[in-house]
Amino acid sequence: MNGTGVNGAGMNGAGRLPAPAGRLIDRNRTVQFNFEGRSYEGFAGDTIASALAANDVWLLSRSFKYRRPRGVLTMAGQDANTLVQIGPEPNVLADRRSIGNGISVLGQNYDGSLENDRGRWVESFGRFMPVGFYYKAFYKPKSAWKFWERVIRNKAGLGKVDVDAHHGYFDKQYLFADVAVIGGGPAGLSAALQAAEAGAEVILVDDTPELGGSLNYARFDGSGEMARTVGGELRAAVALTPNIRVLSAATCTGWFSDNWLPVIAGDRLYKMRAKAVVMATGSIEQPMVFRNNDLPGVMLGSAAQRLISFYGVKPGRRAVVATANADGYGVALDLIEAGVAVQAVVDLRPSVAPSPLAKAIFNRGIRVVTGHTIAEAMPSAARDRVAGVLVAEITGEGTFAQAAETIECDLVCMSVGYTPAGQLLHHAGTKFFYDRASHMFQPGVVPAHVFPAGSVNGTYNLDTVIAEGRHAGWAAAKDAGLAAGAEPAMSGEKGAAGQTHPWPIFPHPKGKDFVDFDEDLQVKDLINGLADGYDNIELLKRYSTVGMGPSQGRHSAVAAVRITAKETGRDIAGMSVTTQRPPYMPEKFGHLAGRVFEPERHTAMHHRHIEAGAKMMVAGLWYRPAFYGPSENREQAIREEVLSVRENVGLIDVSTLGGLDIRGADAAEFLNRLYTFAYAKQPVGRSRYVLMTEQAGAIIDDGVACRFHDEHFYVTATTGGVDAVYRQMLFWNAQWRLDVDVANVTAAYAGVNIAGPRSREVLQKLCDDVDLSAEAFPYMGVRTGTVAGVPVRLLRVGFVGELGYEIHIPASQGEVVWDALMAAGQPFSIRPFGVEAQRVLRLEKGHIIVGQDTDGLTHPYEADMAWAISRKKPFFVGGRSIEIQAEKGLTRKLVGFTLDDPQAPVPEECHLVIRGGAIVGRVTSAVRSPSVGKVIGLAYVAPDQAEVGQSFDIRIGGGRMIEARVVPIPFYDPENKRQEM
Amino acid sequence: MPLGLLKYGLSSKYPARRHFPPAKDLKRSYDVVIIGGGGHGLAAAYYLARDYGITNVAVLDKGYLAGGNTARNTAIIRSNYLTPEGVRFYEESMRLYRELSEEFSYNILYSVRGHFTLAHTDAAMRTSRWRAEVNKHLGVDSELIYPDDIRKLCPSMNLSDDVRYPILGALYHPPGAIARHDAVAWGYAAGAARRGVEIHQMTEVTGILTENGRVKGVETNRGTIHCNKVLQAVAGSSSLVGKMAGLRLPIRTIPLQACVSVPLKPFLDQIVVSGSLHVYVSQSSRGELVMGGSTDPYALYSTRSTLDFKESLLGHMLELFPFLGEVSVLRQWAGMTDMTPDFSPVMGLTPIENYYIDSGWGTWGFKATPICGRTMADTVATGVAPKLIEPFRLSRFDEFAQVGEKGAASVGH
Repeated sequence: MNGTGVNGAGMNGAGRLPAPAGRLIDRNRTVQFNFEGRSYEGFAGDTIASALAANDVWLLSRSFKYRRPRGVLTMAGQDANTLVQIGPEPNVLADRRSIGNGISVLGQNYDGSLENDRGRWVESFGRFMPVGFYYKAFYKPKSAWKFWERVIRNKAGLGKVDVDAHHGYFDKQYLFADVAVIGGGPAGLSAALQAAEAGAEVILVDDTPELGGSLNYARFDGSGEMARTVGGELRAAVALTPNIRVLSAATCTGWFSDNWLPVIAGDRLYKMRAKAVVMATGSIEQPMVFRNNDLPGVMLGSAAQRLISFYGVKPGRRAVVATANADGYGVALDLIEAGVAVQAVVDLRPSVAPSPLAKAIFNRGIRVVTGHTIAEAMPSAARDRVAGVLVAEITGEGTFAQAAETIECDLVCMSVGYTPAGQLLHHAGTKFFYDRASHMFQPGVVPAHVFPAGSVNGTYNLDTVIAEGRHAGWAAAKDAGLAAGAEPAMSGEKGAAGQTHPWPIFPHPKGKDFVDFDEDLQVKDLINGLADGYDNIELLKRYSTVGMGPSQGRHSAVAAVRITAKETGRDIAGMSVTTQRPPYMPEKFGHLAGRVFEPERHTAMHHRHIEAGAKMMVAGLWYRPAFYGPSENREQAIREEVLSVRENVGLIDVSTLGGLDIRGADAAEFLNRLYTFAYAKQPVGRSRYVLMTEQAGAIIDDGVACRFHDEHFYVTATTGGVDAVYRQMLFWNAQWRLDVDVANVTAAYAGVNIAGPRSREVLQKLCDDVDLSAEAFPYMGVRTGTVAGVPVRLLRVGFVGELGYEIHIPASQGEVVWDALMAAGQPFSIRPFGVEAQRVLRLEKGHIIVGQDTDGLTHPYEADMAWAISRKKPFFVGGRSIEIQAEKGLTRKLVGFTLDDPQAPVPEECHLVIRGGAIVGRVTSAVRSPSVGKVIGLAYVAPDQAEVGQSFDIRIGGGRMIEARVVPIPFYDPENKRQEM
Repeated sequence: MPLGLLKYGLSSKYPARRHFPPAKDLKRSYDVVIIGGGGHGLAAAYYLARDYGITNVAVLDKGYLAGGNTARNTAIIRSNYLTPEGVRFYEESMRLYRELSEEFSYNILYSVRGHFTLAHTDAAMRTSRWRAEVNKHLGVDSELIYPDDIRKLCPSMNLSDDVRYPILGALYHPPGAIARHDAVAWGYAAGAARRGVEIHQMTEVTGILTENGRVKGVETNRGTIHCNKVLQAVAGSSSLVGKMAGLRLPIRTIPLQACVSVPLKPFLDQIVVSGSLHVYVSQSSRGELVMGGSTDPYALYSTRSTLDFKESLLGHMLELFPFLGEVSVLRQWAGMTDMTPDFSPVMGLTPIENYYIDSGWGTWGFKATPICGRTMADTVATGVAPKLIEPFRLSRFDEFAQVGEKGAASVGH
């Protein structure tokens, strides 16, 4: 490395320029940090790249494919040359990230050390790696790719992840604006001021630490005074305007429908909704293409200006400026003032267009070579920095004379043109068209509520930029509904002509003339890709990967279009750049994830379950007790909970069950149409089973409908199904326009089921306004009353097959009633039971669980639920489909089964039923029943093996076949006496 | 250094091999017109030419070659489906995939990675076991595995209980693979073009000509083409193109979004899918994490991107891989997916004579590219759908013979 180590560490400040250079650094605060294991000092406000440059360190990273040394290109966070690693954070933009005390920074993509990369041999094999080389080889024999893919994977990639890292703190905040202004350059500042004057609440987003944009680093006149004056005035005016909120060092990374704008600043993702947006995003200076144009020390003119102006860093000792516009002369002036020896200004144009900047250079006697180009940059002995350039006469578009002059230099600045930073406009659907006069792409039609201004809109002349910004701010405020006042004048030359050279591309016979730095693509790679037949820009992009790297084509897209147009003989004016997709700048996963909102729903009795030692399980958004007790006692706990219900009394939290109140004169008719059963004649005070099918006849939910009044049903739904059931109800209610109201009251009610032969005795102690006797309140009856002084809905239903009551309680009182029942049940040794025990209990009774014993296509006949279909009513959703399928004949049927072999293991859910080597069905539920004393289950079998007494084969784990026998259901208490006690 | 690259390094002039001929004028008539120049249409053209000698074929695309869903999918290939019909079909597709690079003399970067479908709920565990049992029955390598096994295979995944949706197990499918989606389409295009098939980009079909219930040709933005047979092989616009032919397809078009990270050194070999968390992810050979989530919550003919998609996806990514907080998203995009009611495709004959359809590819079309091409070529050539795709016929919806594959979908819906 040239000079590093000699004047490196400890020399902070020695290479620094005096103020006013270095406007972003605080020379009173030094910051120590490490790069590649060496310690360096910088100033607060420095970026990693600027602090290293101040220490004469220019090699920052290694390139993606050829491992070429790379350094500063833009100093604006626009390129991939400066991606470094900080601890667990990969791909950090070194020219944007501030240094912090003690941070450890590493280069990326090397083996060994950054300076002596053992992987550099790759480049010498470059000629064996033509465009798309991986498509062209490695496939014979088949095993070859397995080997080579690993090699390529290890060589590719950039930063490293640390799988043990914890992700840091990130959060989100909403913002609302009448007018959002993206970009704090002269156009954006003017727009913000004008919109604010019109009374708009303005949010101004700028991705640099200090407002001003190009006014802060570029030259607009020979003295540089104009930028300082205009910038100072605009900044001062913004600071004095209370209704402009400024977000500095904040990047708007995308435009989404209806002006929904993500803005990243620090650890925060702002999500901003703006009535109108001014896009003042500026333009991106474009590099030249020549051999070795990627060497450290070769950078954009604006990069050198940023180094000087922002950080007070001298970008080199001896410079060559290659240019094709006035700005290059401004760069040369800045370099001279910074004490850099400008060896020559190489102007690509045949003659120099008159400008105050060019005039100032001539006045200083600097050598200007017109009609010439840089034909090649030459590396230093260590090959990691530019040491000189070959300057040759341009003989035609992209060609140059053999004879060349060598000029020694350690800095090459490129100022040959711009392209609009139109990414956000792209996101908004704006197409860009080539403008022959300026040789630039310009935005076409922009969508409503979006207003471009400044160089993104092809406007370069400073006065016009300010006028256009004013106008855009006015238009945006007006669009946002404010009385914006008189329309500001829009006049003046846009100044786009003469900014951009039409062909700053000089292919070299020996290559290494990079079009895309991210992907190490040379001119010939694109030409060869076109020759391979990928002859439009989108195909070429995919084939060559041009523009697919971290900088997303910011510096390569236009050159790629130029080359494509030329090689295919097409008119560039008819072409467009490839679509730019969000985000504009990479967004951290952490920013997008934020603090991660994962909602949890807890029932009213949640804490009681935790206190009782329940093992909780996920049920949609809810948590439910699976069983009570430690995990290692799972089987025993479930068994005891089952037996306690069968023999005594148990209590389960059923709050997660869906609850829907259906009210209105047509309530019964509504249910008649939605569910398979009949509800018109259902007496008040009774409940009926409900089974819902979709239009193709498949079962989608079940529950019970309780009639509390002629015009009021309370319908339950499954925990997982209630939201879909509610949607169905709203959908059909809108279609049918019946006289009903539907309310999803799931969260309004907590629920418990007290079940077991002693349940009536327990409940009796707490309920004195409902006659609980079997005669007065029979099975399937429903009542309203009070339990423990709380008004409740009482349902005598029997999912578990014992005497029992579901008690639906206003949610706020759920815990009170739970506690009262537990206390009242204590003398009866009441115990809570969980979902697992309930699954066993219901299976013993042969009740299905929708979604477990049915799948997305199961119709009621297959599930042996013909009994739940009313044939007397004219219509219900799915009815016609069910009948058609029933007539077609079944292809499978759900049956109950047991295993005769007492030693046989319990089949697992979804083990297959096999006959003659074919799949005919599957087990849907199976358990070794504590109550029945053997293995019981439900399974789909072929229809001709579904008769009671027939047997079928189940293939269990390990491929073993076991024989099962069809038995009638319920397995337990077949006459259903216990639930009707 | 593989020998295939020697000629590039040793020849003074780049030995260009034009994969597709330059654009030509449209002819007035062809034997077969294929609407849609994506993977499926190109594969059908390839097999029509290779296996049936039918080369007077035009493949039409309204955009550039394979620029629709072929370019937008996340390139996952697997056969661990739920129904026997699905498993057999996709398994045959994988068999063809493994041969493609050699067949094309063009590396499609077929990379066997192993495929996890994570289960976070009892229901997902049941479905995983169901799929594993059906897969094994049909000779497909799949197994239900538990967190300890997952940890051994993919140590970087967060298998802790201390998350919102702990991982209970996974359906593990070792042959699960990724490939370079573009290369698959280009390989087919090159092979078809070499045999005489014409590929016309920027050629949009604007109408279908029929006479007495039989297809006669298509209208395009470049004029009318007469033909004997038409194969519709578009994605995202299936219902719209079908409508031109007078077909009402049981398809809803819903956007599906995806994104990639910046390139990283390899740390994730497998393909990881979580239906509950709405995440699927693999790391490409370039080092980018290729990620998708669930389909958008509403139907739309648009490929716009949204912010909330990314927020949801990356939130869940960090639950699975918490150490990726500092890694960045580089690019996001969207495709339009043609969803059918049963999550299986619609292939074969239509009520219009000689008008054949390959559609309803929802979120699962890429992996079927070779077998679709092959079976649709067979269908177009013989006028009869082969047995393998017979279950996917359009008429199944009238016959209550759906092929329910929702349980095997990677993408949340």
